[in-house]
Amino acid sequence: MEVVFQLLLSGISQGCVYGLIALGFVLIYKATEMVNFAQGEIMMLGAFFAFTFISILELNFFLAVAATIVSMAICGALLERVVLRPMIGEPPFSVLMLTIGLGFLLRAIAGAVWGSEPKSLSAPYTGGVFNVSGVIIGYENLVIIAGTALLCSLLFVFFKFSRLGIAMQAASQNQLAAYYVGIPVKRIYSMVWALSAAISAVAGILVAPVSLIDPLMGFIGIKAFAAAIVGGFGSLPGAIVGGLIIGIVEQFASLYLPPGFSDVTAYVILLLMLLIRPEGIFATMQRKKV
Amino acid sequence: MRFIRKTSYGQDIQLFKHRGQVFWYGLLLATVFGLPFFIDSFYVGELSMVFIYAIAGTGLMLLVGYTGLVSLGHAAFLAIGAYTHAYLMTHGWPLLPSIISATLFTSLIGGLVGIPALRMTGIYLAVATLAFAIIIEQVLTHWVSVTGGFRGMPVPLPQLFGVDIHDALSFYFFCLAILIICLLLALNLLRSPTGRAMRAIRDSEISAQSMGIHLAYTKTLAFAISAGFTGLAGCLLAHKIGYLAPDGFTLLISIQLLILVVVGGLGSLHGVIYGAFFIGFLPQAIALMRDYLPTKISQIPGLEPGIFGLILVLFLIYEPLGIYGRWLKIRHYFEEFPLYRKATHQRQKSYLRTERLR
Repeated sequence: MEVVFQLLLSGISQGCVYGLIALGFVLIYKATEMVNFAQGEIMMLGAFFAFTFISILELNFFLAVAATIVSMAICGALLERVVLRPMIGEPPFSVLMLTIGLGFLLRAIAGAVWGSEPKSLSAPYTGGVFNVSGVIIGYENLVIIAGTALLCSLLFVFFKFSRLGIAMQAASQNQLAAYYVGIPVKRIYSMVWALSAAISAVAGILVAPVSLIDPLMGFIGIKAFAAAIVGGFGSLPGAIVGGLIIGIVEQFASLYLPPGFSDVTAYVILLLMLLIRPEGIFATMQRKKV
Repeated sequence: MRFIRKTSYGQDIQLFKHRGQVFWYGLLLATVFGLPFFIDSFYVGELSMVFIYAIAGTGLMLLVGYTGLVSLGHAAFLAIGAYTHAYLMTHGWPLLPSIISATLFTSLIGGLVGIPALRMTGIYLAVATLAFAIIIEQVLTHWVSVTGGFRGMPVPLPQLFGVDIHDALSFYFFCLAILIICLLLALNLLRSPTGRAMRAIRDSEISAQSMGIHLAYTKTLAFAISAGFTGLAGCLLAHKIGYLAPDGFTLLISIQLLILVVVGGLGSLHGVIYGAFFIGFLPQAIALMRDYLPTKISQIPGLEPGIFGLILVLFLIYEPLGIYGRWLKIRHYFEEFPLYRKATHQRQKSYLRTERLR
């Protein structure tokens, strides 16, 4: 029984990380109809920024977290302005390829700046554990879960009630109509990228203490992508739910199935989902009617 | 500038539009057949690699450039072709039957992957193929009795009708012959009703469907054909590298093939060749460049994919039609010479409208 709870807990915390990165995907997709394949690399960059602020500059932890989030938001906006702004109105395939190229580029840049050796990041809460009747709960996992929950509620409020959030939704539904009603669509796009990069930075900070930081860590972005699709691409709660499903199933697969299966569970779930219900759990797609 | 006076409908689907093309393609053919006798055998080997890339690229171009379906998993088809071929060869099959069976098997798998793909569009399809490729990579690693797992499996030396063709020169001609056959097949496909149906689907699925094109059938067929070409390239690749291991068929290869298609020029078979040269010789160029760069820069891990990524980004922003598109523009400039207007090639922008409900 303890094993089940233990797996469930680590599954949820892993799933939260997937969910957060998936949230970044979905935000950008929802607002700009672009699919950002470099989201995992942006998270990797966030983790490296956090490493720089905490371990190299030795800032106070909370200050460092704030600095990471702000600098990643600026990076996100810059990326949008320099690389993706010229692509507005181009076919989705071009944007997809562009972000794939961007991912390679970011990985090479991170390798050049910080080197390819894995680095570990220690947060003030690292190492502490609760022991609840045999189930060991690491503080890091708790922080991941709590951080995700907090971030999600903040986002929910933002999109539901703030003018900016509603403007973002409008820009995502119809670019042209949004222009007509006076929404500065281009500026909104930059802000969406900033927001998405900031969320990925949070994901990076949360995941850094439980895994190592290296230029290749961005590959979990692909699993997060699967999570976003399982949840229904374009749905914010769906991203988190999809992430949780994949995180939990993966943990159980690693214990109960032969080796090798846990690496592919995310993709098997994805393919099954696409076969059974291609629009995802929280469907936002509709077949185009003429 | 040349104006062609058309006097019959047949002229629209001729392979060569006019005499000039016959001459230039003939010259090209003579060059590629004569070239290996004059260059270093290292470059002969590299060129046969370029041909293999071009065969795989033809497959992907038919899918991405002509049907408008994106696949991030073509490395999987490459792997299936290579492993099937190597498996059959080790069990005593002769070269040609083995290549043909491996190609057919790969296109069967491609068709099977294509069937669920019909319900998906754009990004969903891309990710589904990506997932498929990752699963195949794991299968290659763990199905030890067939694939040899991490240790890999050796590929028997190729023999055509009892003659060894594993030396650089004869393998070059073998690859070249297969490439030419593939290009002719692709050209023929593209001027047939099926090829035109594929292009109609690329341009607008809805209007294609209203004109009576069977979407499901055509898309599955496109997938199967594309996978078949790629599997064929896989067979040749198996002989080229001589030893198969799962890490030769990673996501990076799929993306390299996509880069080939994009940098060469989407929607043109010329583009495939340009792209194949680009993919084949860029690593050489980077390797040469490394000697001249300070060690600090040349030792960056992931430098090569990084440069690939940079070039891809630059192409997509500044020349989305790829090398072939740039060539068309240059040619157009000289044809029109004093009258060339800059606005001729201005890109059209469009506003996006989502298909989402919320």
